[in-house]
Amino acid sequence: MHLLNGMRGALIGAAIAAVAILTAPLYIDLFQIMQLTVFAAMAVLALSLGFIWGYGGILCFGQTSFFGLGAYAYAVAAINFGDSTPAIALAILVPVIFATLLGYFMIYGGISDVYLGVITLTVSLILFNLVNSTAGDFYKIGEARLGGFNGIPGVPTFNLPGDPSYILTPEQAWMVTGMALILVYLGLRVLIASSFGRIIVAIRENETRAALLGYDPRIYKLITFMIGGAIAGLAGALYVNWGAFVSPTIFALGLSAQIIIWVIIGGRGTLIGPVIGCLLLQWLVTEIGAQQAMDANFVLGAILIVFVLLVPKGIAPTLRDLAMSRLSRDTAPAPTADATAKVKT
Amino acid sequence: MSVPLLQTGGLTIRFGGVTAVDQVDFTLKEAELRCLIGPNGAGKSTFFKLLTGQLHPTEGHVHLRGQDISGARPHEIARLGVGIKTQVPNVFNAMTVQENLWIAARHKHTPAYATELTDQILSELRLTAIAHKEVGQLAHGQRQWVEIGTVLAGEPELILLDEPAAGMTHEEVERTAELIQDINRSRALVVVEHDMQFIKMIAKTVTVLHQGAVLIEDDVSRVLEDARVRDVYLGKGLAA
Repeated sequence: MHLLNGMRGALIGAAIAAVAILTAPLYIDLFQIMQLTVFAAMAVLALSLGFIWGYGGILCFGQTSFFGLGAYAYAVAAINFGDSTPAIALAILVPVIFATLLGYFMIYGGISDVYLGVITLTVSLILFNLVNSTAGDFYKIGEARLGGFNGIPGVPTFNLPGDPSYILTPEQAWMVTGMALILVYLGLRVLIASSFGRIIVAIRENETRAALLGYDPRIYKLITFMIGGAIAGLAGALYVNWGAFVSPTIFALGLSAQIIIWVIIGGRGTLIGPVIGCLLLQWLVTEIGAQQAMDANFVLGAILIVFVLLVPKGIAPTLRDLAMSRLSRDTAPAPTADATAKVKT
Repeated sequence: MSVPLLQTGGLTIRFGGVTAVDQVDFTLKEAELRCLIGPNGAGKSTFFKLLTGQLHPTEGHVHLRGQDISGARPHEIARLGVGIKTQVPNVFNAMTVQENLWIAARHKHTPAYATELTDQILSELRLTAIAHKEVGQLAHGQRQWVEIGTVLAGEPELILLDEPAAGMTHEEVERTAELIQDINRSRALVVVEHDMQFIKMIAKTVTVLHQGAVLIEDDVSRVLEDARVRDVYLGKGLAA
């Protein structure tokens, strides 16, 4: 019952968003469609961290590792196969395998939260340096030259599944990217409402108690970490499809930090928050970049400080709390249990 | 002789130079109620942590129905049917009372039955009124009850309670005593408590720990009259 009530709002919201995405090319010009496509790809990346950090309590400072591996896996596979469909599958599979190995050693090795952040950050920087030094003919996988710091240009973009000769137009690629964002969002909503979702939140709240009730926190955390890796990998494929290009800067520190800022500002412990934070800040950075009056990083830093000091919960949870207190003031009786459950999930 | 429910032999843990639990031989029969007392720092909570796998012994062993669980991890021991209410309440703060119990019940049961069992325990413990409150916002006494409820929802066969009456009003303490006796009709318990009134209400056999070792283990009336027990509680520094 709670689950259905909670999901109804999400489904209606998703339906409205889907209509907006599918009709957007009718009233928005191509340049803006392209812009929105990369925003949506990044929002998928934001969701991956929003899930593992906000619900699983795992602060991964190197979510770009999986994003970048997904991007490179897509690029290499698409060049070799000449078909994007298996390349997208590999863009998810490769980061998941990597997340499984990395996660296994960290989580089963009993690495505490802070060190997990440090290690994941370090791993992303190692990958950056590794891929950066693959210039030259020697470094190629099949047909695909890794290209070192120059990256891989001319990556084949998405084609119709089963028909590599039909390349999607930028408008169609936008629809695919936008719908991917909605599907990932809804998938995570369902996951969070499931028993698994409630158990990982319980483990985030108190790992000792969860273990004393018979749950092995390690396997739950590892699965959470792997799901985060899969989603980040998918985001990587969407990103490469947007630009038909990938370079090692995808692993760089700047992006790792930005993802965390998106989640903090949008709000941890919600899924819509990271999406809002990501879209809002990317839009802002683009606008600032267009005006060239201020440095975008400076503004980002200032916004982060303001939020940490004044809106520590982030946008989505703060708006939710405001709406709740409004609601309880307007309708005399306190919010019912159903209302609380609805908002929480 | 049948295999005891719980048995420790020479159970010892040292932290650096400190021996927190020292050569403890402890035996608990099926469906027994045992009280464990001792002054601060006697090693009671550490002993519980050794039983539940939160700490691993330096020496000695813990047997649960004959099975060696000395090196097992907390979740493995929990799955064998050991539930514990810890001294400082370990609860899921950002979740509601109902959700706390549900998570515990869900481990063994389907979601639907877990909800049913949760409702049942909530009403038994008179927590229904606060079922949808966040546990983090509750008073200490209520949090204790939530944790007891969580332990019960896991349906363990051996229940360890570390200071279940701490922070409770007189009336709540009496209810806790009744509850413990009620649970004991079908399941075994070990209760750590400081409150002597409470011990008198529930105890049959009492084990006294002092400086990590068993000082005396006997019937409650004899233990409370024992001069050595009074000495350690009044801090006369019994030369051990």
